[in-house]
Amino acid sequence: MLIAILSGFLFSFFMVFVGKYMKGKLAFLSALIPLGLFIYFLQFAGRISNGEIISQTYAWVPSLGIDFGLTLDGLSLIFCLMITGIGFLVFAYTAAYLKGHHYLDRFYGYLGIFMAAMLGVVLSDNVISLFTFWELTSISSFFLIGFNNNEEASRKSAVLALAITGMGGLLLFAGVVILGNVVGTYSISEMLSSKEFIANSPQYTLIVALIFGAAFTKSAQFPFHFWLPGAMKAPTPVSTYLHSATMVKAGVYLLMRFTPILGSTEFWNSTLIIVGSITMLYAAIHTLFRTDLKGILAYSTISALGILVFLIGLGTEAALLAACVFILVHALYKATLFLITGIIDHETGTRDVTVLSGLRKVLFPVAIAGFLAAISNAGIPPSFGFLGKDLIYEATLHFGNSAILLTVLAIITNILLLYAGFLAGIKPFTGKLPHTFSKVHLPSFLMWTPPLILAILGILIGVFPSIIQGSLIQPAVNALGETGSAVELKLWHGFNTILALSATTIGIGLLFYFFIKPSVKIEAAIKKLEYLSPKTMIEGFGIAFGHFSKIWTTFFQNGFLRHYVSTIILFLVLVMGYTLINNTNYVLNFSSLTQLTIYEVITVIIMIGGILYTVFSKSRLAAVAAMGVVGLTISLIFVYYSAPDLAMTQFAIDTLTVILFVLVLYRLPKYLKLSNYKSRIKDGILSITFGTLITILALEVLNEPQNSEISEFYAANAYLLAKGKNVVNVILVDFRGIDTFMEITVLTIAAIGVFGLLKLRLTTKDRAIVKDKNKI
Amino acid sequence: MELLLAILIGLLYAAGLYMMLRRSLVKLIIGLILLGNGANLLIFLLGRITKGLPPIIPEESSVFTSAYADPVPQALILTAIVISFGLQSFAIILVKRAYKVVKTDDLDQMNSTDR
Repeated sequence: MLIAILSGFLFSFFMVFVGKYMKGKLAFLSALIPLGLFIYFLQFAGRISNGEIISQTYAWVPSLGIDFGLTLDGLSLIFCLMITGIGFLVFAYTAAYLKGHHYLDRFYGYLGIFMAAMLGVVLSDNVISLFTFWELTSISSFFLIGFNNNEEASRKSAVLALAITGMGGLLLFAGVVILGNVVGTYSISEMLSSKEFIANSPQYTLIVALIFGAAFTKSAQFPFHFWLPGAMKAPTPVSTYLHSATMVKAGVYLLMRFTPILGSTEFWNSTLIIVGSITMLYAAIHTLFRTDLKGILAYSTISALGILVFLIGLGTEAALLAACVFILVHALYKATLFLITGIIDHETGTRDVTVLSGLRKVLFPVAIAGFLAAISNAGIPPSFGFLGKDLIYEATLHFGNSAILLTVLAIITNILLLYAGFLAGIKPFTGKLPHTFSKVHLPSFLMWTPPLILAILGILIGVFPSIIQGSLIQPAVNALGETGSAVELKLWHGFNTILALSATTIGIGLLFYFFIKPSVKIEAAIKKLEYLSPKTMIEGFGIAFGHFSKIWTTFFQNGFLRHYVSTIILFLVLVMGYTLINNTNYVLNFSSLTQLTIYEVITVIIMIGGILYTVFSKSRLAAVAAMGVVGLTISLIFVYYSAPDLAMTQFAIDTLTVILFVLVLYRLPKYLKLSNYKSRIKDGILSITFGTLITILALEVLNEPQNSEISEFYAANAYLLAKGKNVVNVILVDFRGIDTFMEITVLTIAAIGVFGLLKLRLTTKDRAIVKDKNKI
Repeated sequence: MELLLAILIGLLYAAGLYMMLRRSLVKLIIGLILLGNGANLLIFLLGRITKGLPPIIPEESSVFTSAYADPVPQALILTAIVISFGLQSFAIILVKRAYKVVKTDDLDQMNSTDR
């Protein structure tokens, strides 16, 4: 299974090298990879339906308890088959759809990464690897949405989608880490046995909230749904594959996967029911006001995702069964509708549903696919959709007290979805063929067969539900923790309430379709309310945050060195001052201090004079000379206190520095007082505070006991080991010889730098560049 | 003497910082040198000061027979002095050069690339 996941990544990797050759007629060959994977996963169906769970583990970061565990159970299998199966059709479709596109290889590369990552999500047993793949799907989705990166709208939508799903990814990471810490394992299969323990832990609400955040952002639940319509800027194969059939279902998958671990609590169920029902209604109502085919499909996808979340929220066995079935139903008909939209767009150049009509005359096989998908979407027998809708009503009808309310919500949503499906699958093909479309012709079979295959599957499974009953649905329901009764899928249940509800739905839906016509006017009217939408609010938050960070950055990174220095010092003064004030007792043991002599006092007085003169002098020469005096007095202090080597070095270096200064002095700029009185006072106060703190710090340290172990080692071994009597010298050239060597290297580099700067002669061209830069 | 030294160190730090906060590049370098001197003295003081007992092993013996000044801070400071000379000389030449090219040593007029 590892190879199955890796093959997608390898495929993308090889695209870098062979992509050039793939762009031509060989592009459809890339579809062989998902096809191979589809067959590979299909062969597990037998073992899975016997109740087997296939798992493999590879050590990844064993020290952190993170293994690369892969588990294939019923739920994973449904997703794997969807990913690879629809992937196969989309790969083939793309070969024709983006034929001759300059970046076709790149497109396949992204698709390959996505497919591999998505397989990784549904196969991971370890929550950390699940998170990793989850993020990879967000990233590949970002590249695919922004595929037409020369359009601003594409780039904007891509960033928006990445921001929302990426944020969800971080929530997921936080959630699973906390969960892992509570349970003590990162393996999902091991967590299954700790359900009670997790539910009683104080972190339960937090974990669930974080995982909800991840699922709702990924699966476009209200109020995070708005990135999905934006994501429709991507080429249609992407919308088909990522944004309706697979990636957006990752959130649903996550919720299903965690149902046996975190589910069946008040918080879990009611949150999911509320969010799911708001999303399904809100998005379904939105489809009434769209005229762009992809816009309609985007909102109906959001609505369908809402239904799934709603069903998981109900949490009963019937509801979970309905969810498992509806995932497949939706994937089949929605992918078909998207692919059809792609064909219409490709051939006619428009997706405006108000102008499209009569296309059955020129795109006949596409029309059949559209019709079949629309009836499956509408839940008209004998389609698979009818079965799915029956199960949904079955689930809501048997949900205790609020059964009627929930059923009504489901019916309204389904009526609106029917309307949306007919609009996308039937409206463009019926009626009169406008003159402008008379020259439209059927595209390559690579494009029209995939939707047809999916649409026919949608009917076939409806007629013979036993194909998937035992092999896919039963193991998936078992994986959700419902092992009670055997699943039985039937098209015909006899005359009962559910059938009546279905008929009502279809009837009202058809009335909607025939009497409500999509119009640009309504769409424009609803646009005026956009400022109230979550999208506007979250975007506004983003813009405000951008402004804030700009102000923040320009305040601290203002380009003035002295502001940086004063900020750092001010912070240091506050922190150090706070600590010193709290922890200092200001006791100085005068008896332990070294005795003062008259020489020292004179030296110190000279030094203080030198320092003050350096600071306040108005002449460069005088300041440099005074600085030299300060250096020499320090050298004297070294002499008094047993540091002859230091005294010599300080003397030599100080002299050299002064000489160097004087040598270049006449070329240095004038010594001006540039700052004003106010800033001098301000800097003066800061400096004096800082100096005082350093003094206090120094005196405080003197009160602490000293650890002289290292010094004693050097002193004892200087002669014995290194045959030298001057310990300081021995340390420098022997014990720490390499350090000294490095120091010499640094000095050499500095010397080369000095030499280079002195000898540098700018040509006239260089001067021109410098001049230009100055102007800027 | 420790008290006097500690005050001196504080003064060196204060003066160094104050000079670094000026707008003139030359003053910045002078500030840097003063601050470096202060840091050296601080290390020296924290190694405890001892009068008249340099860390040199007497002629006739192979180990210390009496007390001695701590050699480790001295070795550290020696290194620091030499390195700071490298920094100072490079900085002085750089300022000279920069002044020649941009005709100013006002830091406020040299920050155009920073924003």
